[in-house]
Amino acid sequence: MPLPRLALASTPQCIFRPMLAYIARRLLYAIPILIGVNLLTFALFFVVNTPDDMARMQLGVKRVTVEAITKWKAERGYDKPLVWNGAAEGRGKLTETIFFTKSVRMFVGDFGRADDGRDIATEILTRMGPSLAIALPTFILGLSVAVSFALLQVFFRATALDFAGVVLCVAMMSISGLFYVIGGQWLVSKIWHLVPISGYSSGLDAPKFLILPVVIGVIAGIGSSARWYRTIFLEEILRDYVRTARAKGLPERVVLFRHVLRNALIPILTGVVVVIPTLFMGSLLTESFFGVPGLGSYTIDAINAQDFAVVRSMVFIGSVLYIAGLILTDISYTFADPRVRLQ
Amino acid sequence: MKWFEVLSTAQPVILWSDALLFLLMVVVAALAAWSWRQDALAAAWARVGRSKVAMSAATILAVFVLVGVLDSVHFRARMEPQAGSAVSYSVEVHSVLDAVLADLRLNTEKTYSAPLATHLFAKEAVEDSARREFPRLKHGGAHLGSDLAEYDRDVARRVLRGVASGIAAAGMAWLLLWLLSRRGRSLADGERTMLQLTPASSVVMLTLLGIFLVLGPVFSLADGYHVFGTDKVGQDVLFLSLKSIRTGLLIGTLTTLIMLPAAVLLGILAGYLGGWVDDVIQYLYTTLSSIPGVLLIAAAVLMMQVVIDTNPEAFPTSAERADARLLALCLILGMTSWTGVARLLRAETLKLRELEYVQAAKAFGVGPVAIMRRHILPNLMHIVLIALVMDFSGLVLAEAVLSYVGVGVDSSTISFGGMINSARMELAREPMVWWSLAAAFGFMFVLVLAANLFADAVRDAFDPSTSR
Repeated sequence: MPLPRLALASTPQCIFRPMLAYIARRLLYAIPILIGVNLLTFALFFVVNTPDDMARMQLGVKRVTVEAITKWKAERGYDKPLVWNGAAEGRGKLTETIFFTKSVRMFVGDFGRADDGRDIATEILTRMGPSLAIALPTFILGLSVAVSFALLQVFFRATALDFAGVVLCVAMMSISGLFYVIGGQWLVSKIWHLVPISGYSSGLDAPKFLILPVVIGVIAGIGSSARWYRTIFLEEILRDYVRTARAKGLPERVVLFRHVLRNALIPILTGVVVVIPTLFMGSLLTESFFGVPGLGSYTIDAINAQDFAVVRSMVFIGSVLYIAGLILTDISYTFADPRVRLQ
Repeated sequence: MKWFEVLSTAQPVILWSDALLFLLMVVVAALAAWSWRQDALAAAWARVGRSKVAMSAATILAVFVLVGVLDSVHFRARMEPQAGSAVSYSVEVHSVLDAVLADLRLNTEKTYSAPLATHLFAKEAVEDSARREFPRLKHGGAHLGSDLAEYDRDVARRVLRGVASGIAAAGMAWLLLWLLSRRGRSLADGERTMLQLTPASSVVMLTLLGIFLVLGPVFSLADGYHVFGTDKVGQDVLFLSLKSIRTGLLIGTLTTLIMLPAAVLLGILAGYLGGWVDDVIQYLYTTLSSIPGVLLIAAAVLMMQVVIDTNPEAFPTSAERADARLLALCLILGMTSWTGVARLLRAETLKLRELEYVQAAKAFGVGPVAIMRRHILPNLMHIVLIALVMDFSGLVLAEAVLSYVGVGVDSSTISFGGMINSARMELAREPMVWWSLAAAFGFMFVLVLAANLFADAVRDAFDPSTSR
């Protein structure tokens, strides 16, 4: 996707100072939202079910002794009161609680330990790499393929080719994502023996493992995104400036790729930029099917092992990244459309 | 016992999800009746009716809905009466679909068998020899006896018989519709009837013919074979696929039903009242939507599972437990998906609020509640409807993914996701067990494709910005 050149009508200072103020204000707005997320996850994980319930669930509902539950809670630091510790001294009344140690500490990057005793924060840092190695190429390739496909459809609009493209898109988006993964693995790895069926390596042979998940991710996403881009482009193509561009004799190719694409950037950016930070989270399906040691498979393993500490941390990180994405979206508008000024 | 005998003596059972499904059908019927009297909406429905693709898709959807509704009427069968004892009912809860397809449900094999196979897929030791070979199936092709030379001719005969009965059934349906439409035409002039508004009825007939041409051979073969094979524990895959339809439909529709009241109320309130109400509601949905959907669903489902497991006394039968989990899943999916609709409704209300007729109503002293109910809500209905149909297919697909992640429906609930999940383990097998996967993906594809095509037509007809 060609990024639009930044139109520097005035000196950089004049543009960037309000922008910085804007970003600062948006960051301040993010705080209440994150507190809300924090309270919600706290309520979900500790109020709906007491730590006793969780201990019983983990140790097996039947034949569990009180001692075993106490030990389980003490090992994980769940033996404190929920929000108010009357027995503690001074500030400890607030800090010696589950809410403070488990939820508030997440704001400073302390996620505690997983059930296997490892530190969640270090685990997340090491697993980010493999997740990005798959998610980033999938995102970039997927975006460029879908946008080009949609532009081609618009180029051939109202012809049989366009119709065939629409039919293809609807059919592709009606297929379950699981089918693409299972079918792709079966065809490419099992029948054609082109690449290993699953696995991961960070060295030079990484592409061997990455190429199939990336291609499958791109194919699985084309249907819905290409159709959406096509709608955006078709809306754009009725505007006056397109008629003007055609009237002055520009070839349709230039009209589409230079004028329409650039003007359609705002709606595209709205949907696209927000997912960029969440790419760190990886994809649950792809990573678990292909055995990639990323954050997606980390989450899925935690869900299956009912490791609540990990799920809680991932929820928090996910919302932090989403909010970052929203701010990035607003900033990207100013690059795409110089008329947009952030105040 | 024939299925209608079973039904006539059974004790009806209404699960929570059944009750909600019937409530949904009443709501949809009421909405349809209401929109029929609104000229603009009736015209939009007529546009949907004129779309050939939409009517064809709607016919296919209707067949799926029929299966789902049959599977939502539950009962407990009466036990064989014992001398001197009171009437007792089975502890197992079955649906009408279970009763109709009792043969498919009960004729289980030992383990995997391929579609239309006569032998098991796994070798077994034979009694009086040291060899291991593929044993014959208990039910698949059992009517052939030891004479397997008849197999080809038997299959061909059944297919032909199925095609013939399919054509006959389509003919009967056509006759029925024709009689109905004659009645419709004989009504007074100017009276709107359904059939006069569907010039695409020839498409409906063709689609019905196609459906019957598929169903005829499938069911005539299913009488003697496992058409789509059997799964790991020997259950008929055709039966499992048909049972999965209800789960998919429920998740696709109940979720929207559960979230709509909240989304509509909050969206209108935020848009119309503005001020701090708007701030609070916006804060609420921004917070909820900032949590990645799958993770929120996973967290909530894990928590629900703890609640269900620690309170076993609240759910006496396994059917009720599975039902509770299904409803919880719908509730949670609804929690995560209302934010988008609420945002759309808020934006539209902001626009409507400034229009002259609302201003006029305000000037005449109409209260805010009356304005929202009388002037805002009816004009948001097209957005609600579009959201309802557009969300459906996504939710059906989401069910499969969530079941794979392990936070889907209860493992005892038959669903497409569950079928895929259990079949996935067998992909490494040589030769491959492909039929459960193929059946689940095939059924899902047809359902979702039909839903997508119908939703597109509805959106085109109702969205004023795309009207031609």
